[in-house]
Amino acid sequence: MDNTRIFDEMWGDDTRLRAPYQGFHTWFDSEDPRRLRAKQREAEELFRLTGITFNVYGRAEAEERLIPFDIIPRIISDREWSRVTKGIEQRVRAINAFLHDIYHRQEIIKAGRIPREMISQNAAFEPRMIGVSPPGGVYTHIVGTDLVRTGPDEFFVLEDNARTPSGVSYMLENRETMLQMFPELFSQNRVKGVQSYPTDLRRSLSACAPDATGGTPVVAVLTPGIYNSAYFEHAFLADQMGVELVEGHDLRVVDGRVAMRTTRGYTPIDVLYRRVDDDFLDPLNFNPESQLGVPGIMDVYHAGGITIANAPGTGIADDKAIYSYMPEIVEFYTGERPLLQNVPTWRCSDPDQLAHVLDNLGELVVKEVHGSGGYGMLIGPTATKKDIAAFRRKLRARPSNYIAQPTLSLSTVPIFARKGLTPRHVDLRPFVLVSPDRIKVTAGGLTRVALKKGSLVVNSSQGGGTKDTWVLED
Amino acid sequence: MLGKTANGLFWMYRLLERAENTARLIETGQRIALTRLDSGQDEWRSVLQSAGSLDQFDASRDELTKEAAIDWILRDRSNPSSVLSSIETARQNARLVRTALTHEVWEATNAAYMSARELLARKVVERDLPGVLGAIRQRAALVRGMTHGTMLRNDIYDFARLGTFIERADNTARILDVKYYVLLPSASAVGTSLDNVQWETILRSVSARGGFRMEYGAGAGPREIAQFLILDKRMPRSLAFCVGKLHDNLGYLDNGLRRPGPAQLKALHIERAYLSHDIDAVFDFGLHEYIQKVLGLLTELSGQIETDFRFYE
Repeated sequence: MDNTRIFDEMWGDDTRLRAPYQGFHTWFDSEDPRRLRAKQREAEELFRLTGITFNVYGRAEAEERLIPFDIIPRIISDREWSRVTKGIEQRVRAINAFLHDIYHRQEIIKAGRIPREMISQNAAFEPRMIGVSPPGGVYTHIVGTDLVRTGPDEFFVLEDNARTPSGVSYMLENRETMLQMFPELFSQNRVKGVQSYPTDLRRSLSACAPDATGGTPVVAVLTPGIYNSAYFEHAFLADQMGVELVEGHDLRVVDGRVAMRTTRGYTPIDVLYRRVDDDFLDPLNFNPESQLGVPGIMDVYHAGGITIANAPGTGIADDKAIYSYMPEIVEFYTGERPLLQNVPTWRCSDPDQLAHVLDNLGELVVKEVHGSGGYGMLIGPTATKKDIAAFRRKLRARPSNYIAQPTLSLSTVPIFARKGLTPRHVDLRPFVLVSPDRIKVTAGGLTRVALKKGSLVVNSSQGGGTKDTWVLED
Repeated sequence: MLGKTANGLFWMYRLLERAENTARLIETGQRIALTRLDSGQDEWRSVLQSAGSLDQFDASRDELTKEAAIDWILRDRSNPSSVLSSIETARQNARLVRTALTHEVWEATNAAYMSARELLARKVVERDLPGVLGAIRQRAALVRGMTHGTMLRNDIYDFARLGTFIERADNTARILDVKYYVLLPSASAVGTSLDNVQWETILRSVSARGGFRMEYGAGAGPREIAQFLILDKRMPRSLAFCVGKLHDNLGYLDNGLRRPGPAQLKALHIERAYLSHDIDAVFDFGLHEYIQKVLGLLTELSGQIETDFRFYE
């Protein structure tokens, strides 16, 4: 890995325009910047009107906020994309095989490829899933694999997001907004569509319906409620799929099925796309304080009365400590070399590796094993001395709670700033649907962009924005 | 449909209707204040009463002035029925039932919310009042128009209509309840100039001046006004019209059941027992007692709808 040169996806390593951006560039050059600035404002208005907002935790007054949208698309060629897709499919297949294995025979532990305590001591391991086979054998119905890029063909998986990945509504609405604002761009460039995602999602979920299903599977989306940070997305997906959006208090177990309270009594649900965490799913089986779940749903699940997507216990596969074993996991279950690279990862639970991490804190990114959303992490190169000292203490106190990675030189894509195009770091979250007979990766995904110059943090909760992501037809 | 969704739709439309009605009450109050030099606080007291929030006002504000009254019913967040509170809660309900709404209805509702928050962010000065009130009524009308133009005529629509007409009937009944004495036959048959103003206030409060003139010309009095607002089935804010709509929509919802549900029977009872006679029977019953009775029955009906359609656990 080269940490000094930054790869720009539009201009490459030098100033020669890369092929996928040619059509766009011609258009951009002939545009009046003033018109584009007006369009940028118009985009914001559109988002506000559509209500595409997210709630920021811990901020009562700024309850709903917009994620900034940048009008310059990120463009990927067909060839680049098909390599990425193959890598994701391989990885997702391996993850499902891994989940089945560790909740059944645990061959990978017996083979000595993963230490037993990595599983048995792991908070994300779900004992109630031992011996349980989810309908259709699918554990991760929806995956949002986080990728970063450092060169033309160098893609790294940053996180596997095998629990409840969010952001797909932004992928769809970003495209919708671009179509409305710049229709001519889509006549001039052959951009692969993303709009079938909700239909694909419904079809994919229905294909995983349990045996108890009579007739067309009844699908529902379970949300923690209107104050959840991703509520907009939950409502959006339910709406686009044409299914009910339910909360825990709409549901109860009736005659061995999970049923929703309708205006005419209780109707059984076959597939529940839940956007609540495992812990809150069933107060009888998990967290007894939970108001968000359904008492007894796990018993129905065990009896084959409902499909829960994603299955409980999938968190073990996207745990950051397990992440470092992913190359082994892929090889073990597919018998192939991993097509996508893993970011080199130091496990702080190992004393030697911890020592290395403590010596090099200034150059590393340190993450909490169970953290998400960019919270609780240290970015060495940009951190203050005080931050580093504080993290050193945390690491010494609970080493097994952390992993460390080198700071990758993430690729950049231009954003439309006051002075014109200017490069900013990006990552990419493609969305993957898994059903018993196929794995489908939507051509595109969510590009998150760090709007601050030089920043590597793309999380929306930390000042990141989004872009429309194009995959071009050959 | 989920019981929760039915509940959300019912309240979303109820509160939109309320916001519009309250805005109209303020417009009327302001007009009276401007055209009648001796009106003063009494008029604002009865506006607050009609808006159903006089007690709360007295409890939370010191003095009843025109400015205080307008601010309270227009934009005070501690008043759950203020125009701003109503629109905010309506939009909150719309978010809750987002999957039941068309894109157009959601956007119109969200736009109404955004515009209300902007218009009502600060105290509205008198000069701006007509413009602000007009904009709010227009926004609410836009949601209604989008609802008519884009929503399927299914149970979703029925619950939206139930919320609208319960609120509207309630609003008309409350206006009559506050002003019933000016409609009593003991008041002069010809009408003093004071009576004329009062009558006009009532008609304005329910956007009925044009319709009334069309029907009765200029020479009509309180008996006709009462007839028009209570019993005229063509007048879209009359009690008979609203309860008729409630009965219709409950009928569509019950369609396919072997017998009508309790709520539909309740609506039918109100129609038959209270809205099918002529206006003399109403005056014989006692206008005040009659309005009180109907208000009580509407509250009961609303509760019955909640129960019948499992709004809550």
